[in-house]
Amino acid sequence: MQIKVENNKAWFLVLPVFLIVAFSAIIPLMTVVNYSVQDIFDPYTRYFVGTEWFKQVMLDSRLHEALLRQFLYSFTILAIEVPLGICVALMMPTKGRGASLALILVAIPLLIPWNVVGTIWQIFGRADIGLFGAFMSSIGVDYNYASDPTDAWLTVVLMDVWHWTPLIALLCYSGLRAIPEVYYQAARIDQASRWAVFRYIQLPKLTNVLIIGVLLRFMDSFMIYTEPFVLTGGGPGSSTTFLSQSLVQQAIGQFDLGPAAAFSLVYFLIILLVCWVFYTTIMNMQKDK
Amino acid sequence: MTQSSTKPIEHAYKVTKEQAPVYSRAERKIRNANLRGRFGLALYIVLLLLPIYWLVNMSFKTNTEILSGLSFFPENFTLANYAKIFGDPTWYMGYVNSIFYVSMNMVISLLVALPAAYAFSRYKFIGDKHMFFWLLSNRMAPPAVFLLPFFQLYSSVGLFDTHIAVALAHCLFNVPLAVWILEGFMSGVPREIDETAYIDGYSFPKFFVRIFIPLIRSGIGVTAFFCFMFSWVELLLARTLTSVDAKPIAAIMTRTVSASGMDWGLLAAAGVLTILPGMLVIYFVRNHVAKGFALGRV
Amino acid sequence: MAWMSWTLPTALFFIGIAVILVGMTTWQIISPCVERRGFLPLATTRGDRLFIGLLSSAFIHLAFVALTDVNIAVATVLCAFWMVILMRWG
Repeated sequence: MQIKVENNKAWFLVLPVFLIVAFSAIIPLMTVVNYSVQDIFDPYTRYFVGTEWFKQVMLDSRLHEALLRQFLYSFTILAIEVPLGICVALMMPTKGRGASLALILVAIPLLIPWNVVGTIWQIFGRADIGLFGAFMSSIGVDYNYASDPTDAWLTVVLMDVWHWTPLIALLCYSGLRAIPEVYYQAARIDQASRWAVFRYIQLPKLTNVLIIGVLLRFMDSFMIYTEPFVLTGGGPGSSTTFLSQSLVQQAIGQFDLGPAAAFSLVYFLIILLVCWVFYTTIMNMQKDK
Repeated sequence: MTQSSTKPIEHAYKVTKEQAPVYSRAERKIRNANLRGRFGLALYIVLLLLPIYWLVNMSFKTNTEILSGLSFFPENFTLANYAKIFGDPTWYMGYVNSIFYVSMNMVISLLVALPAAYAFSRYKFIGDKHMFFWLLSNRMAPPAVFLLPFFQLYSSVGLFDTHIAVALAHCLFNVPLAVWILEGFMSGVPREIDETAYIDGYSFPKFFVRIFIPLIRSGIGVTAFFCFMFSWVELLLARTLTSVDAKPIAAIMTRTVSASGMDWGLLAAAGVLTILPGMLVIYFVRNHVAKGFALGRV
Repeated sequence: MAWMSWTLPTALFFIGIAVILVGMTTWQIISPCVERRGFLPLATTRGDRLFIGLLSSAFIHLAFVALTDVNIAVATVLCAFWMVILMRWG
């Protein structure tokens, strides 16, 4: 870390960012807070209801289920994506033409619009026109993501793993490339086992990028909307309805502005808490170095 | 002279060569591990590309062929699906709209993020850490939370259904990300360079444009790539803030559902076309993208 | 501004937050604060403690609303005490 000079004029450099983000963040946030304490029929017919919506939202069993599903989902995909991503990163070549090619190919899923990701899996998983669905039924599994909750879960998780493992892999790959060759040579002279090399040379270097990766993945999976919306529409039943999905259903579908706003705020507070915990951890780790 | 100096080297070379058998088992092990690694990677990439291949495959088929059974290659190879997209302005304007607001967002994000990232990487100021955290928390905020107020905010300032509205809305998560990545890259540039330039009589703007920006070129490229990526893939906000004039291709795609059922071939073709720009862009930054994914922090 | 549906309590809330932020900035300019360690398991500055206090207050309020029928003002008073403790000894 470099030594920084104290200078409050630096605020002028930050001001444009502050203004542009504040416009899109603070005004809507204020509006959400305003909505959350009122019963709104239209801008001119509204009643102050105090904390009623918050109570309703906090005690709503559908939302508890959505929150539970959300956590379960986020932890499942992290448990799969992180180890898999590390493995892929370890296998990627570090030099030459192959390295660039592997990099580009691995990164492709990240650049597909999220609803197209949903579409791809919607097609891929169907037993009549999709390869994966057809494969599953040909090995005798009664697979239908549109009607069976387990299959729907499987497909949504598989889709996320397909979509986002590359992010973890690329993060780890860049972490691995930062390890000087000397370390490996020393390990070779010591005849260190592959596992020892990973455990004592590679993994310590990876912690930093892995924290970023876990943070990004946790947050992004926590607000996942588009992919499951296209793939399953939250169904069958509400087995793949995650937080964002139930929020949008409430705000746009039923036009319950007040409860939706209260829900948004609770959601936002949870995100803020998790975000702060992660951020503090990262910063303290960098300080320790 | 030359002969005498090469001799010891030759000798040393011989010694290592003689010692080589001691390492050979370990070396063979490493080579085997590498081979296994290549095989594993190839398998992973094949599995990764299979769903995409399936989409490409489908986009060249007619609907009757799609529904009549599975095949790895289109039997009646057709470009009709693509022809339909390129022949219909309501379709291809979606791409133009998307590219338009994505580029706008990229430019805005970079312009405001560059000075801010410099400030964060070089100076301490009141509330700097909290400001940084606040920015990041916006990157993490679910768009669904802001959906309705966004719609009303942009309607009330008369920007609804314009490209700039989507570009500005995407700034919510792209500007913090851009600041984060650029700050990482800038912290890698020693501040002695700044000081030398100031001593040489450079003013701040001149130094920034002439010296500093060229130094972090790759960082800027990577940041632009990330802004492109996250703006390009986002649909929820883009769809909410547009209706006709600025509607992104991703939203237009939903039109393939009609009374007569899904037009799978057309849907697949539209999907394939949304993947292409991303591949093009990643090709340009392929050498720096790994570092960029670590947000400049390795 | 009509679409923002302002109400008096929320307006007061945001004015309160703004006043706190301005106050903290002025305080920081007059007497800069040093990072220190209190009963919290990490070194914090004044601003950090304020943030922790506000966030935890929000959750305390939510818990009150969800779990009890007690007037929300009770939670607010409780949070005020909590804020003082946190700012002084946190």
